[in-house]
Amino acid sequence: MTTIDAKNVLDETTVAVTGNEAVAEAMRQIDPDVVCAYPITPQTEVVQLYAQMVADGKVESEFVTVESEHSAMSAVIGSAAGGARTMTATSSQGFALMWEVLYVAASYRLPIVMTTVNRALSGPINIHCDHSDTMGGRDAGWIQLYGENHQEAYDNCLQAVRIAEHTDIYLPTMHMYDGYVISGAIGPLKMLPDDRVKSFIGPYRPVNPLLDTKHPVTVGPFDGLHGFYFEHKVAQNRAMDRALGVIQDVADEYAELSGRQYGLLDAYRLDDADVAIVVVGSTAGTTRDVVDKLRAKGVKAGMVRVRVFRPFPHEAYAAALQHVKVVGVLDRADSFGAQGGPVFLEIRGALYDCDPRPQVLPFIYGLGGRDIFPDNIEQAFAVLQKAARSKKRASIERRYLNLRED
Amino acid sequence: MSVEKKAVAKKPAPLRKPRQKKLPKPKWDVSDLDTWGPDRHELGATIPEAGNSVYNETGGWRTFVPELDPEKCDGCMLCYFYCPDASIIVEDGKAVAVDLAHCKGCGICAKECPTGAIVMKLDEKE
Repeated sequence: MTTIDAKNVLDETTVAVTGNEAVAEAMRQIDPDVVCAYPITPQTEVVQLYAQMVADGKVESEFVTVESEHSAMSAVIGSAAGGARTMTATSSQGFALMWEVLYVAASYRLPIVMTTVNRALSGPINIHCDHSDTMGGRDAGWIQLYGENHQEAYDNCLQAVRIAEHTDIYLPTMHMYDGYVISGAIGPLKMLPDDRVKSFIGPYRPVNPLLDTKHPVTVGPFDGLHGFYFEHKVAQNRAMDRALGVIQDVADEYAELSGRQYGLLDAYRLDDADVAIVVVGSTAGTTRDVVDKLRAKGVKAGMVRVRVFRPFPHEAYAAALQHVKVVGVLDRADSFGAQGGPVFLEIRGALYDCDPRPQVLPFIYGLGGRDIFPDNIEQAFAVLQKAARSKKRASIERRYLNLRED
Repeated sequence: MSVEKKAVAKKPAPLRKPRQKKLPKPKWDVSDLDTWGPDRHELGATIPEAGNSVYNETGGWRTFVPELDPEKCDGCMLCYFYCPDASIIVEDGKAVAVDLAHCKGCGICAKECPTGAIVMKLDEKE
């Protein structure tokens, strides 16, 4: 994110909030027709605060309580198909329990917005931050936006509504931020005035809503062997492709409103970099500090933070990283048995057509909330610098940061 | 029991030809559906018109066909309510025929009929 001169200098309020409070406030300003969610650590606060707002009459939303996340996602699908602007939130096991219905939401083209607070998946049981949950759901057909801090949790939540409901898209959209590191820690947040958010969000125009009883429709019919499953799936992917442009348009419009300009990716000191790290989420802040430290020593280090992961803006990554000699990808999730973590696979694929082709090395860090220190990121940069100096291409075995080894 | 009594007490209704159901013209024209590419389909595979399943003739799936004897029918309507394809044609409170364009031959009507007015027979097709 970069700060630009907003045309409308705003009476923004700066508050100190937890990441979850930031999102609950964003939801209050959006005031969706229906919210249906089941509490789970570390997302609980979002649901709890929102339920309180409903009880206090601060919002007009219908809050539906359910017995599980599978039911929560099923209920929001019903609500969205009915024609209501619908939101939910989850984490980790809850996200995993939603699994089969996530695909249904996407294939019915329902613009549901979901906040997912990233947390490790069992087992062994662990409640702390990593990206295993949403990385595992990357092929469900949802748009995925990863935020770095409190501000982005709030900003992405507002933008997600516009992206999901865009008439060229109609895809469910989830936005993420790191469990505890962001969700539970207090940080600064610049809040837009309620009326500005209202006018930015605008009215919701559902397509073929079930509650339009004058025009009855069938949602979710059998689409089998003699049906058009294949065509419908391709239509879904075409909407994903179009989403890249829409996400940027929405970000540009949001910049006019807020002065905060977002892109598909977030590059830092990358223009003349020889070595660069690609990272997702709150670790980007630490990485920026390390880049500055290395730059002060004369090392041409840079960084890219992943903002949009689905659809994956592979052309933007190729353009941003093609001049870099060695790219290190820091994954906070692993893809067991694959060549590397999920982000690594995407970046390596995105750079395949570059000539010369940068080396891309996989790093895994922070699983189950393992701390990541500046020293660990410096170690990663040292590996990249060594590879950049060497005439031989470096091994692409996984490198683990801050792992206890025998 | 009472079923027997009723059947005896009443005079059997004279056989009549069931009225032909006239289908309205579909609003959603899917006559060339097989040629549609991904961009022409309705968003999310939704069917934007109610009741258009009448255009989808499922009679060809049938192995057994219900044979209806309207003289035995006492008008209890169980077959009508149980039929998953709304294929029982009722006139003046009695089952008079089966819509064979949509009947899949599941046999539920014959199973439910308390007077034995419906019997399943092997559907002989050429």
